[in-house]
Amino acid sequence: MQLEYFQLIDRILDLDTEAKTIKVEAQVPTASTIFEGHFPGYPLMPGVLLIESMAQTCGWLLLGLMKFERMPFLAAVKEAKMRGFVTPGELLTIDANVLHEGSGYAITEARVKVGGKLRCNATIMFSHVPFPSPDMRGHMDAMAKRIGFPQQVLLP
Amino acid sequence: MSSTFDQVATIIAETCDIPRDTITPDSHAIDDLGIDSLDFLDIAFAIDKAFGIKLPLEKWTQEVNDGKATTEQYFVLKNLCARIDELVAAKTAGS
Repeated sequence: MQLEYFQLIDRILDLDTEAKTIKVEAQVPTASTIFEGHFPGYPLMPGVLLIESMAQTCGWLLLGLMKFERMPFLAAVKEAKMRGFVTPGELLTIDANVLHEGSGYAITEARVKVGGKLRCNATIMFSHVPFPSPDMRGHMDAMAKRIGFPQQVLLP
Repeated sequence: MSSTFDQVATIIAETCDIPRDTITPDSHAIDDLGIDSLDFLDIAFAIDKAFGIKLPLEKWTQEVNDGKATTEQYFVLKNLCARIDELVAAKTAGS
């Protein structure tokens, strides 16, 4: 995780476009200024960042399903449950699936686990549009390479 | 048509917390009921699920933006229900 750049996903472990599922890993850093304030003496990964990590996971799944022709944007967090604390240094495994693909939008579900135990889950809605700028597309391509996005998914 | 309208009106009432008795076939989802684009996605999701279809929202929006259609054609509820019935019929015919 590079919290300062809002890059929360470290690597894609699996992306299945037929099953419409994804599994990723995200290593919570051992130290960050975020933990100095949240909370002094009792550092916790903020719930909003856990939601963002689930949203980014779902976003990579949708990017794969749309073959990088459209960019998903967070539209609504339908339900999010923080079931247990996430602390510095923990390795998150996040899996997600598509619940519904609509016209210009999609509904997804995601779960964050640590050591196989569920820590939080959410249902998240995205709207998606053609990439609004070439720079953004280039950035996402570079990010995809960095986290091991399976390029074969993009083949026709 | 009436059955479709009843289902759609119930979806709108429950999704957007709008009193059911204020929703009529002549209600315009945006102008009369004040439903915004994000809330309409929730409605579209519920309609897609309830009727087993995929409302072509992007196509409709593009047609409106291009001046090829009016919002009334798609977002006045009796017209929306007619579109839903067409989509259901097309799906039935294709299956």
